[in-house]
Amino acid sequence: MKGIKENSRIHAINIINVNKWLGKMHILRNMDFSVKFQERVALIGPSGSGKSTLLRCINALETFQKGKIIIEGTELNNTPKTIHLIRRRIGMVFQKFNLFPHLTVLENCTLAPIWVKKMNKKKAEEEAFFYLEKVKISDQATKYPIQLSGGQQQRVAIARSLCMKPRMMLFDEPTSALDPEMIQEILDLIMDLTKNGMTIICVTHKMSFARQLAHRIAFMDEGQILEENASDRFFSNPQHERTQIFLRKML
Amino acid sequence: MDIKDMEEQSSYIRKNIAPSEPMLRTSRQSTYHWLYTHLFASPINALITLLLATLIIYIAKHLGKWVVLDAIWEGKDRTVCATKIQGGIQNNDWSGACWAFVKANYTQIIYGFYPPEHRWRVNLTGIIAITVNITFLMPSIPYKFINGFISLIIIPIFSWYLLHGGYLSLPLIDTQLWGGLMVTLTIAYISISISFIIGTLLALGRRSQISILRLLCILFIETLRGIPLVSILFIASIMFPLFIPHEITFDKLLRALIGIAIFTSVYIAEAIRGGLQAIPKSQYEAATSLGLKYTTIMCLIILPQAYRLVIPAIINILIGMLKETSLIYIVSMFDLLGMIRITSIQANWITPQTPATAFVTVAFVYWVLCFMMSRYAYFIEKRINLFKQPMIRSKNR
Repeated sequence: MKGIKENSRIHAINIINVNKWLGKMHILRNMDFSVKFQERVALIGPSGSGKSTLLRCINALETFQKGKIIIEGTELNNTPKTIHLIRRRIGMVFQKFNLFPHLTVLENCTLAPIWVKKMNKKKAEEEAFFYLEKVKISDQATKYPIQLSGGQQQRVAIARSLCMKPRMMLFDEPTSALDPEMIQEILDLIMDLTKNGMTIICVTHKMSFARQLAHRIAFMDEGQILEENASDRFFSNPQHERTQIFLRKML
Repeated sequence: MDIKDMEEQSSYIRKNIAPSEPMLRTSRQSTYHWLYTHLFASPINALITLLLATLIIYIAKHLGKWVVLDAIWEGKDRTVCATKIQGGIQNNDWSGACWAFVKANYTQIIYGFYPPEHRWRVNLTGIIAITVNITFLMPSIPYKFINGFISLIIIPIFSWYLLHGGYLSLPLIDTQLWGGLMVTLTIAYISISISFIIGTLLALGRRSQISILRLLCILFIETLRGIPLVSILFIASIMFPLFIPHEITFDKLLRALIGIAIFTSVYIAEAIRGGLQAIPKSQYEAATSLGLKYTTIMCLIILPQAYRLVIPAIINILIGMLKETSLIYIVSMFDLLGMIRITSIQANWITPQTPATAFVTVAFVYWVLCFMMSRYAYFIEKRINLFKQPMIRSKNR
C-alpha cells in the first residue's frame, strides 16, 4: 500500500497486472504499465493488439476482470463516484471525432462544463472560445459538425476535451480518419497544446507522429507490452524480434 | 518525338487553375415535350393514361354532381333534403349532399351537448393549445425544453380542468355531456402527450442496464401490443371499476383516454427504441468520457438525436391513433363520428341523404387533421435530410 502511495507521487497512471477477457479472447494479459506525470507516451502495435482497449480501460469506458488501475492515487473501481472523478481528470479524443451532430461547435464545447462543472453559460462560452481560438477554429463556432472537414472536426473534438481542463489526455488514433494533409496539422496542434506539460497517452499507427510526440514508446502485441523505450532509442535500436518485424513493415 | 515536345503539344494539361464558372442553365422544356415523355411515351403508356383519365373524369363528375351541383345548402329541416315520396320537396330521382343538415347542426357536431353558455371554455382551450403548439412545432424557435414541457404536461392538465371544471366559479360539466370534435381532439391531444412521455420511458426502460426494469418494460410492451384496442377500452370502462373501491369514481372519458394513451405508448416506445438503436455507441462514449451522467446524456445527446430520426414514424402512429379514437363509441362516448351519427338520424333531419352527408363530412374533417400531421412529418423529414447532407462549404474557411 505504501509503495502505491509513493508511486502515485511520480506516476499519473499505474496499471498493475490488468487482465481483460472478451468472451474467450484474452485481450489484455497481465498488463503492467505506468506513466509518469507530464510524460507523453505513444502506444504502437498491430491492429487488435489491445492498445485501444487499454486506453478505454483507463477511462472506464470498458471494464477489466482482474488487476488494478490507479490514477493519481485513486484506484479505479466500479463505483459511479470514482468513475466520475477519474473521467473528470482525463480527456479523451477519438479516432472518429464523435462530435455531437445536433449541436453547434460552441455547444459541443460548452455542454460538459455547463452540466458537469455547473458553470454558467456565459463563462463556459468564454472558455470555449479560448480553446477554440487555441485550436484555430473559433470562426466556425456557430457551425454544425457536419459542415466542417475532418481535420476541423478533430480540432473541435480536442477543444471539447480541453474545455473540461483535464490533467491527462488519451488520444485514440487521432489522425487515422484524416487526410494525410491534415495529419501534420493535428500533430502540431497536439504538440503545441501539450508544451505546458500534460500527461498524454496516444495510440497511433503513425510512426513519425509517435517519434515526434512521445518521450517514451511502448510496443504492444497480443495484449501485452513487448518492449518500451525512450523515443529515439526505440526506433534506432529495437530489441524484441516482433518489434523489429513490425517497424520494418511500418517504416 | 522528344518528351518536351509532347508536353508542349498536350493541351489537356493545365498550366493555370481554371476559374469556376456559374452552372449552365438548360432551357425549359416545352409542355408538349413533358406530356410526351411522361404520359404518352409508348402505346401502353398512352393507353394507361387514357384509361385512368376516363376513370378520374367519371368519378369526379359523379362526385362533383353529388357534392356540389345537386347539393342542398339551405334549409330548416328534413323536407329540403327529402324527395316527394319521402315527404319532402325534391323530385323523386334527386340525389345530393344535404349540407343544410351540417349547417344546422354544426355546433352539436363540434361541442356535443356541452352547455352553450360554457362553450367559451372549449374555444379558449383550443386557442391556447394551438398557439403553444405552433411555437413548439416550429423548429426555428428555441426553448424547446420549456415549450415541450408546457405542450406535453401543462396543457393537457390545464385543459382537462378548464373543460371539466368543478372548482372556483367554473361549474362542473360532466364528460357525458362532452361530444363531437372537441372530444376527438381532447382525447387525441392528451393521449399523444401521455403516450409520448410513457413511450419514451418504456423505450429507455427496454434498453436499461437494470435487468428487472428491462424485463418489466418488455413484458408490458409485448402484452399490450398483443391486445386489440377494443378490448383495452372494454377493460378500462367495464372491468376497471370492479377493481377499485366504490368511493373512488374515475371518470369514464378519462378511463378511455388512458386506455388509448397506454395502447399508443407501446407503439411509440418501439418507434423510439428504433431511434435509440440508430445512435452510434460512440456518442455515448464521447459523452461519458466528458464526465456527463446518464440522465444528462439521454436528455441532451441521445434522445434529441433519436427523436429527430423517429418523428416521421411517431407521426405515422399518431395518425392511426387519431382515427382510432372513434372506437370510444363502444363505451358510449360520442366523439366526432359518434356525434354526427346520432345527429344524422334524429327525427327532424333523417333522410336517405343525411347519413351519407354526415360520413362524408366526418371523413373530410379526419382527412384534414391527418393530412396536416402527415405534411408536418414530411417537412421534418426533409429538414433532417438537409441536415444530414454535407452542405456546400463557405469559401473563406
